[in-house]
Amino acid sequence: MIKSDKTEKDIIKRFSGLNLNIKLYTMVLALVAIWIIFSVATDGNFITPRNISNLLRQTTVTGILAIGMVFVIIAGQIDLSVGSLLGLTGGIAAILNVWYNLNGLVSIFVALIIGILLGLWNGWWVAYRNVPAFIVTLAGLLVFRGILIGISKGYTIAPLSTDFQFIGQAYLTPSSGYILGVVAVFLVIYLVLNSRKTKAKYNLELPPLWIDMLKIAILIFFIGLFIFILNLYRGVPLSVLILLILMLVFSYISSKTVFGRRVYAIGGNVEAAKLSGIDVKKITLILFALNGLLAAFAGVLLTSTLNAASVSAGQNAELDAIAASVIGGASLSGGVGTVFGAVIGALVMASIDNGMSMLNSPPFWQFVVKGLILLIAVWVDVISKNK
Amino acid sequence: MSEYILEMYNITKEFPGIRALDNVSFKVKRGEIHALCGENGAGKSTLMKILSGVYPYGTYSGEIFFNGEKLILHSIKDAEKKGIAIIHQELALIKELSVKENIFIGNEPNKNGIVDFDQMYLNAKKILQQFNLDIDPNTLVKNLGVGQQQLVEIAKALSKNASLLILDEPTSSLTEADVEILLKILKKLKENGVTCIYISHKLDEVMEIADTVTVIRDGKTIGTDSAKNLTKEKIISMMVGRELSQLYPREKHFIGEVFFEVKDFNVYDTKIQNRRIVKNVSFKLRKGEILGIAGLIGAGRTELVSSIFGSYPGKWTGDVYLEGKNVIIKNPSDALKYGIAMVPEDRKKEGLISLMSVKENMTISNLENYKKNLIGTINENRELLDVKDYIKKINIKTSHFSTQVKNLSGGNQQKVVLAKNLLSKPKILILDEPTRGIDVGAKYEIYKLMFSLAKEGISIIMISSELPEILGISDRIIVIHDGEKKGEFENKNVTQEMIMQCAIGGRSNND
Ligand SMILES: Nc1ncnc2c1ncn2[C@@H]1O[C@H](COP(=O)(O)OP(=O)(O)OP(=O)(O)O)[C@@H](O)[C@H]1O
Ligand SMILES: [Mg+2]
Repeated sequence: MIKSDKTEKDIIKRFSGLNLNIKLYTMVLALVAIWIIFSVATDGNFITPRNISNLLRQTTVTGILAIGMVFVIIAGQIDLSVGSLLGLTGGIAAILNVWYNLNGLVSIFVALIIGILLGLWNGWWVAYRNVPAFIVTLAGLLVFRGILIGISKGYTIAPLSTDFQFIGQAYLTPSSGYILGVVAVFLVIYLVLNSRKTKAKYNLELPPLWIDMLKIAILIFFIGLFIFILNLYRGVPLSVLILLILMLVFSYISSKTVFGRRVYAIGGNVEAAKLSGIDVKKITLILFALNGLLAAFAGVLLTSTLNAASVSAGQNAELDAIAASVIGGASLSGGVGTVFGAVIGALVMASIDNGMSMLNSPPFWQFVVKGLILLIAVWVDVISKNK
Repeated sequence: MSEYILEMYNITKEFPGIRALDNVSFKVKRGEIHALCGENGAGKSTLMKILSGVYPYGTYSGEIFFNGEKLILHSIKDAEKKGIAIIHQELALIKELSVKENIFIGNEPNKNGIVDFDQMYLNAKKILQQFNLDIDPNTLVKNLGVGQQQLVEIAKALSKNASLLILDEPTSSLTEADVEILLKILKKLKENGVTCIYISHKLDEVMEIADTVTVIRDGKTIGTDSAKNLTKEKIISMMVGRELSQLYPREKHFIGEVFFEVKDFNVYDTKIQNRRIVKNVSFKLRKGEILGIAGLIGAGRTELVSSIFGSYPGKWTGDVYLEGKNVIIKNPSDALKYGIAMVPEDRKKEGLISLMSVKENMTISNLENYKKNLIGTINENRELLDVKDYIKKINIKTSHFSTQVKNLSGGNQQKVVLAKNLLSKPKILILDEPTRGIDVGAKYEIYKLMFSLAKEGISIIMISSELPEILGISDRIIVIHDGEKKGEFENKNVTQEMIMQCAIGGRSNND
């Protein structure tokens, strides 16, 4: 009797653990499917190291935007201004660098600060003036783009100084790539073992050792494969590394910190969140500021990669970021979503752009396909929920 | 036609990780009022959701016959067409719409697709009047109290001309007076030949109104019997599987000095300016004391405590003294800082974040205490230990701590809200209808917990519309009528009648 009870509980536990990840699995599977289709369609050109490297670099801008966007969406808000914000901050950085000969890093730093300030502007209207985020950020979309056109006088601003170009265009040397890999592997092992140790200290149930070992092995495999493939071309792109680091940092914030937990709570039920003593206004403000910062980051990166800033930079990027978040499992009604999912979503979008342009299909098809993928992703989610 | 209007055979329903119903059989005679009793999580709501098409044919196993015919439902609409209407445990009204629109939602009287609002108004008025409900059909639902909303739900179900009406805990948010109205309505319906299935944790009501009682426990049918052959005690022992010797486990506890004081509280309506909902209320609270606040629903008790807690959306004035010092509480976060926690009345709207897990809900107002570094990383191990501790302590029935709270039964959700507030280690705990929708066994556990908190020196303010509970638990009682404090009693030799007298407007006290 006691024994059967226990196995039943075990099953339940595995089940609920699995349940949480089903969304993630389907998404990763969808991504793999897309890759296979393009690989076949392009006779394998899609998965050459060179193209994978390009694909990942193409993902960075949408990826970074999606990281910020998914936070905003989880909190039940929306930010339509990030495309313009990206263009404006990228433009400001380029103007400082090119027209005023300011040092690259300083220009970037100023652009990031302006990103935060513009994000605070959005957040203040939403949180403390109670204007709906859709309206505030729609206004931002127009205002920021307008300012960009004004200050750049419609010119494309180029070329940038070499230090500015560095962040978007540099690659890690193969050996430093591997060193980084080894460091990452040790970090993973340390973290897993450490978590086991503290769990044991608290007398909590430990997952079987072999499961943790398997996890470590799989991670090592992917880290190794990732660096190996990229090293076959020119090494790990610095911009991709930045995306990965931002993803890890914000994943951590969303899932492990008090702040992250509160963001989910606000999106899940504002009333209950308020009654639980959460300062909803402050957190909303911070969220928009963070989103501004990340958009500025993306702006700087885009400018650096293209070695130019233009009036139209980042147009429609907010829509890509929203789509990426939603494909990655976020729900526009709030309370649901993950940073990792959003980045995978961005990768899906970039894969479609990349693969279809390799196939030389006319650009209009990319819009059509991306639109349909978004629709289907949400539909699949809806069905799986109703089951 | 057979004697039974409804026969359900061998119903089994599983959710991921849990079997909510295990081979349940359930038969209801035509024209009777059939009560369904059982502990929180026993499977009552689940069984009724199957019967009303919420869980459609194919998602469960077993057979249902309605009027002798096999019943296959694909949706709630199907059930309504067959004449089965349900009033769910959790209110399902649209707050921004008016009463009349809510009553006829999905069945709007119309001419060629254009809604005929006048007709709707008249029909709504007729239904409301039929049952002596004094509610204007044009009022927005959000402006009604919970009790009145419940009555609107009932009117809505009645508008569908159902031959089988299911009421899932309809009275948990009603005052005695409203309960009386409802029971009268049910008796009238019975005269008109409507069959009712009635779920309630209030066994007095069950004994008063039911013809037949079925008890389920842990997803299994324990028994069905005619109410004549049963007593409250018998039903309880069938529900919990053991005898429960007393309902209120009173324990002696030390009551200290006055340490919290509310002075001249006035609370204003959010809509109508200068209309006071609470008028000059003052009271004192001693350390380790359980203070009961009695009154009718709508008397202003919820408004009073929510302004003390800082969560009232409108304007209020008044002073709060904590340990002799005047403290200013502008929002719930201030209140929590001073050690004041509150379990709100409407758990779905204000207490729970339904997409989050049991664990995350329990610690959300207390996360500061689990920070382990400057960036605010949560110490999840410590969190988990506390959560598991409380799941055990107040016996929350859940398949796992990571289950989303929306999948818990109503009573267990209430326990999660309670656990969340206990975890914030308050000095003063405000409970607004804490045992609403909770079964007798769990109520007993909660009372025991309240006494053990009082013993630890925590002061408790409990709003309750159940007089036996007020009398069974409180050390002192204040009664609110129409926003005014009408009476104050040390809980010695007080009777229900004395409190009721106050609650309906007479003034008295026994000090
Ligand atoms: N959608 C769901 N997913 C998973 N489990 C569920 C779901 N709905 C109900 N359950 C589980 O099924 C069991 C029966 O729940 P049900 O709501 O029928 O109880 P109940 O008898 O109505 O209790 P209460 O008196 O508290 O309302 C509970 O253990 C509950 O956690
Ligand atoms: Mg129920």
